[in-house]
Amino acid sequence: MEKPGIIIISHVYEIAKGIERLLQEVASDVPIKVIGGVDKTDIGTSFDTILELVNSHPSTNLLAFYDLGSAKMNLEMVEELSDKTIIIYDVPIVEGSYTAAALLQADVAQEAVEQQLKELKIDK
Amino acid sequence: MDLQTGIRWMELFNEEIQQEKDYLTQLDTPIGDSDHGNNMSRGMVHVVQAIEKESPDSLEALLKLVTSTLLSKVGGASGPLYGSAFMGMLKTVKEDYTSSWDKVLHGGLESIQKRGKAVVGDKTMVDVWAPVVQALENNQLTHVVIEEAVEATKPLKAKKGRASYVGDRSIGHIDPGAYSSALLFKTMLKSEGK
Repeated sequence: MEKPGIIIISHVYEIAKGIERLLQEVASDVPIKVIGGVDKTDIGTSFDTILELVNSHPSTNLLAFYDLGSAKMNLEMVEELSDKTIIIYDVPIVEGSYTAAALLQADVAQEAVEQQLKELKIDK
Repeated sequence: MDLQTGIRWMELFNEEIQQEKDYLTQLDTPIGDSDHGNNMSRGMVHVVQAIEKESPDSLEALLKLVTSTLLSKVGGASGPLYGSAFMGMLKTVKEDYTSSWDKVLHGGLESIQKRGKAVVGDKTMVDVWAPVVQALENNQLTHVVIEEAVEATKPLKAKKGRASYVGDRSIGHIDPGAYSSALLFKTMLKSEGK
């Protein structure tokens, strides 16, 4: 079965890139794609760039992590309009994505990954 | 609402947004991230340009064009929220062409709430949308109803959106999304000659 992939959506370019570095260290075989900011300098998230990220991602099954509220709203709209399966997790972006990446790297089944992520859930 | 009125509505909304751009940003500064004026301004410039370029030939086509443009061009939280609003309106029109306009706006409100999870009293655009839809259902929508709804967001403590991070300090400020929504509905009345 194809490995599920990870997407990271942050308001800031450097945050997204920093998380990417962190995850790659622990999960070099997990397909991870990140997007931060509207572009390299402008803070924010955009529906268009998230859609592009999802479409260009090699996996059809995606675990999504985000930082602040509007990133989630844009993600949800992409999730509704995309053919891919995207699950959005309300967890701290660093801890949550790190947990998922490490477990996926170890070939842990997605259901078990979800179980672990549930424990990290926060109100966001 | 017909196609021509709809187009006029978007043109008037754009004019108001450009005029009030700095004020929207000013409202968004103490309790937000100071981007509401710029975001709405950029989005509406694109909406008007897209209408000119694409010349939508039905109300449905117009709503579709507005939805996708707002979603792509506004940014911030307002992009997905206003995009959702028009998407909800579009959906209602698509389901039943004979839907009354209050029903169409009700579809927009539901869609905003589904996206942002806000309820009345959370100090968001919902605090303008909900009373406007209700007034329209009772055939009582006036400029005064809209203005009172915006003003009523002032004493509220924000529970959703970026303003909720500042907690009690959000009290005493008008919500920027409520204000831009008021411009939307005032220009809607104007487009209908009211």
